[in-house]
Amino acid sequence: MAYPPDFKYTKGHEWIKVDGKNATIGITNYAQESLGDIVFVELPKTGAELNAGKTFGSVESVKAVSDLFAPASGTVTEVNGDLATSPEKINKDAHGSWMLKMTLKDPGELSGLLSAADYEKFVSEEGGH
Amino acid sequence: MSAVEARPTVRKTALNAVHRQMGAKMVEFNGWDMPVEYHSSGGIIAEHNAVRNSVGIFDVSHMGDIRLVGPQALFAVQHISMNDASRLGVGQAQYSALLYPQGTFVDDVIVHRLGERDYLLVINAGTREKDFNWVRDNTREFDCFVENLSDDYTQIAIQGPRGVDVLQKLTDADLAAVKFYWVTHGTVCGLPDTLIARTGYTGEDGFEIYVPSDEATSAMVWNKILEAGNDFGIVACGLGARNTLRLESKLPLYGHEISDTINVWEAGLDRFCKLEKADFIGRGALEEAKAEGVNRTLVGLEMTERGIARDGYKVLDDAGREIGYVTSGSYAPFLKKNIALAYVPPNFSSIGSTVRVEIRGQGVKAQIVQTPFYKRLKKT
Repeated sequence: MAYPPDFKYTKGHEWIKVDGKNATIGITNYAQESLGDIVFVELPKTGAELNAGKTFGSVESVKAVSDLFAPASGTVTEVNGDLATSPEKINKDAHGSWMLKMTLKDPGELSGLLSAADYEKFVSEEGGH
Repeated sequence: MSAVEARPTVRKTALNAVHRQMGAKMVEFNGWDMPVEYHSSGGIIAEHNAVRNSVGIFDVSHMGDIRLVGPQALFAVQHISMNDASRLGVGQAQYSALLYPQGTFVDDVIVHRLGERDYLLVINAGTREKDFNWVRDNTREFDCFVENLSDDYTQIAIQGPRGVDVLQKLTDADLAAVKFYWVTHGTVCGLPDTLIARTGYTGEDGFEIYVPSDEATSAMVWNKILEAGNDFGIVACGLGARNTLRLESKLPLYGHEISDTINVWEAGLDRFCKLEKADFIGRGALEEAKAEGVNRTLVGLEMTERGIARDGYKVLDDAGREIGYVTSGSYAPFLKKNIALAYVPPNFSSIGSTVRVEIRGQGVKAQIVQTPFYKRLKKT
């Protein structure tokens, strides 16, 4: 599974795609693979404030609960409501199944995130595959 | 005290290499390196539904086996277990439990009567040593030989409505003649005198077979079952599906619904506990506990608001007061609901009443429902 080069990644396995002050976020293919069948997603409402590195929701597979951590700070402008009823879409296409859109507070925060190549290297070391 | 703590080694079943070759996701479970799901099978939900609709196979070799054989084997079994083993015909099995004197659980077991004076107890992985020591220490007064056969068998479960069709292709034993919770012996995959039990932990019809635990034989049998099941869409299933299957069917799991602090009445296992038989360990305390009544009881919950109850989550009343806790909770793949088992006070246990489960600080609504959540339709 290729990691889109125009996304940035966190070590917590979220991705973020930035377009000026706007950003879209989701979880990576590695995250969905580790979780297994995803059956529940809990996301904040439009208007909610996200703080970089802090929990903003959770994703659950049959076996496990995993917190979601904000890759950057900002305000939620749109939530993918589709995932409330069809969370399995994340398993099918993690990089296409965005969770929420936001306006960034400080695009400078993104400098600490990983590139696709660095993330790929990171997960190959973490997962051993 | 030694400065260096001995780190317990993780044990492997004889099929470990086979699971890894198949690309199973492996986890540590009760000290065992076990498959939790197989990507090649489609994951937990696909594995679960394969068992409900057709057939799946599980490596359950981490389960332990204790044999009691000798002139007083029945008396020994009767003394250490709560069900009435004197009712078993040769070839019959029963669900039972080993109890502490206070009426709480050492473990739950399946007692198989293999011969006139020959019993096999199948026990849980996490309690193998504890159980064997318990059985040995508490049967010394009886003229019977207690043997730990846990490492001698690879135990494979073939579960689901088509399990009988799959296994019948591989054995000369007449499986149609074996009723649920009975056993037989036959040649399986060329292995003579193999123990075949019509038992399982999925809430479906199915079989568990016991074959020699060398890797070559174990792999041969495993692969032949997969091959024979191909026409039925058989899949390899891991502990993930095993857990969701048993939860839908309300089969207890040691350390969750039953433990050394939970007694038989609380767990609702009354029908497997025969106070009228001769004395057994735990009976006195259970008689007293019965007279006193229980302070908590095991109930089934179905989430009526969004959220999944997980093991250990608090159960709250409408006012937000803590009244109990969840013992097992998950998304139920066949029922497509979020379900849980929980201990609550009896006055909160009536079917249809509403409680809340605390999920990440929120009281999420759930309803007490009939259990088992899922019950298979038995053939008439």
